[in-house]
Amino acid sequence: MKREVVKFIIFAALVMLAPLPLKQSYLLNVLVFVGINTLLAVALNLLLGFAGQISLGHAAFFGMGAYLSGILTANFGLNPWLIIVLAAVTVGGLAFVLGFPILKLKGHYLAMATLGFGIIFYIVFNETIGLTGGPSGLPGIPNLAIGSLTFDNDLKNYYLIWGVTLLTILLCVNLAHSRIGRALRAIHDSEVAARVMGVNVRLLKVQIFALSAAISAVAGSLYAHTMTFISPTSFGFNFSVELVTMVIIGGLGSIYGSFLGAALLTLLPELLRAFRDYDIIAYGALLVFMTIFMPGGLVRGIPDLMLFLWSRLTGKRGGNAQTG
Amino acid sequence: MLRLADVTMTFGGLTALQDFSMTARRGEITGIIGPNGAGKTTLFNIVSGIYTQTTGKVFLEERDISGMPPERLASLGMVRTFQNIELFGQLTVLENVMVGRHTRSNSGIFACAFKLPNHLREERQIREQALKWLEFAGIADLCQVTAANLPFGKGRLLEIARALALEPRLLLMDEPAAGLNSRETLELALLIKRIRDIGVTVVLVEHDMELVMDVCDAIVVLNLGCKLATGTPRQIQENPAVIAAYLGE
Ligand SMILES: Nc1ncnc2c1ncn2[C@@H]1O[C@H](COP(=O)(O)OP(=O)(O)OP(=O)(O)O)[C@@H](O)[C@H]1O
Ligand SMILES: [Mg+2]
Repeated sequence: MKREVVKFIIFAALVMLAPLPLKQSYLLNVLVFVGINTLLAVALNLLLGFAGQISLGHAAFFGMGAYLSGILTANFGLNPWLIIVLAAVTVGGLAFVLGFPILKLKGHYLAMATLGFGIIFYIVFNETIGLTGGPSGLPGIPNLAIGSLTFDNDLKNYYLIWGVTLLTILLCVNLAHSRIGRALRAIHDSEVAARVMGVNVRLLKVQIFALSAAISAVAGSLYAHTMTFISPTSFGFNFSVELVTMVIIGGLGSIYGSFLGAALLTLLPELLRAFRDYDIIAYGALLVFMTIFMPGGLVRGIPDLMLFLWSRLTGKRGGNAQTG
Repeated sequence: MLRLADVTMTFGGLTALQDFSMTARRGEITGIIGPNGAGKTTLFNIVSGIYTQTTGKVFLEERDISGMPPERLASLGMVRTFQNIELFGQLTVLENVMVGRHTRSNSGIFACAFKLPNHLREERQIREQALKWLEFAGIADLCQVTAANLPFGKGRLLEIARALALEPRLLLMDEPAAGLNSRETLELALLIKRIRDIGVTVVLVEHDMELVMDVCDAIVVLNLGCKLATGTPRQIQENPAVIAAYLGE
């Protein structure tokens, strides 16, 4: 546990210091989105990495948070902070209710069902034009503000979003090292043994699904207030797949891995502009490559790769490095 | 402690158990023996709530537990081990046993995420108890090893330690000696007796006759889903029907 505290402090310090050399550059803007995507990936990792349950519909929860915040603040002028809480509770509650029938399913069937509701909500975002503005989007969402401090530039949004993300990471690290975290990982390894040990597998899966959805909704709200404009394309199937890719590439069940995955997938398109229209293919290729060559994700893959290269350089045998 | 009344289990056309009744008395080790495919594991799956019997009833201390799910039964004090070891492979040995304390702790997601004080106290107790049961099973030195990397024999012991951490009243063990060498089997016999001596009622499915005859207070013989005989180890060894069934194989 001590090690976890040190790890977190180092990570938080790096995050807090990162904007200093960047000033108001374009990269800072990208890092704001790395923050949102990290939040989403950490949320999905609770479900996918810890409990071992797939969701191909998480973009829908992200979208619900964004639209709830967008509509209720832009069109109805309600207090944005209140709406963030409301969105988290509503979306979490909806996921809790949906979770009971959906999480009864396993493997491919669960993937199909979550894919299904993801697509349904994508259609809802597109078709309820009166509320969401449909495909042309919803403009005029106000920035968040505390008193006279308005989060209206990248630097302020960076600290706002990373503040929430760091807090969530801390809570998830705590959760991972508790009876709940152990029970989740136990479910992943042997559902029947977990049940025999008294873990209410069905309820716990649904609870984690709801928690994961609620965090995603908060990410959506923050996204809406940062962008001030949202449209359905940000919340489609592609983005759900992208989130799953982040978690797997980063390393299933590793919270800091989720950050690595989110960072890589957010920065990559910026670096590889040529892939723009083919991003889903690039992600697919990356996913295949990673699952073959780095099955443990970046968090385990990078150290393995370094060990392997080191052993090559020094001419010693590489031991059990998995890469290569 | 445990009583089965006319339990029948059919899988499609196959009858794995037929009008089977038995009792396991409190504080005793009851052995269940029978040839391969006799229905022993099926019996455990029914008692532990993994399958629901087609007809018949199961009682735990005169309480009807028929059809209750395993997690309910765990909180009533019943636990089991598996013929094909079911460990939590990614977890360490210590963490595996800590999961065994699940029913003995109750911090929720919120308390765990925010590290509320009662959760921290509980976490300490979970760790202490888990270590205690690892020591009881004689594998405390392995507590930081990832369970998937354990040698087979140690895995069996870990499963037992994990089950004991629940502080069960009734422990069902499905072929705990399978895959163990003779020295490990001897140690297992001592462990099983020590488990009885701390007041846990044990039901033991086992093929190793020497072990069964050594540790069991009572034995039930199962053949093709039906009860063939019941009695003390000596009575069973002398029972002509049992001898015929085993030699007639
Ligand atoms: N889920 C199932 N579906 C169909 N048939 C099953 C199922 N489980 C068990 N059986 C059948 O029930 C019968 C009894 O099996 P069981 O596993 O209980 O035997 P066993 O006494 O434990 O044998 P062994 O000593 O080999 O472990 C077998 O014929 C088996 O094929
Ligand atoms: Mg069996």
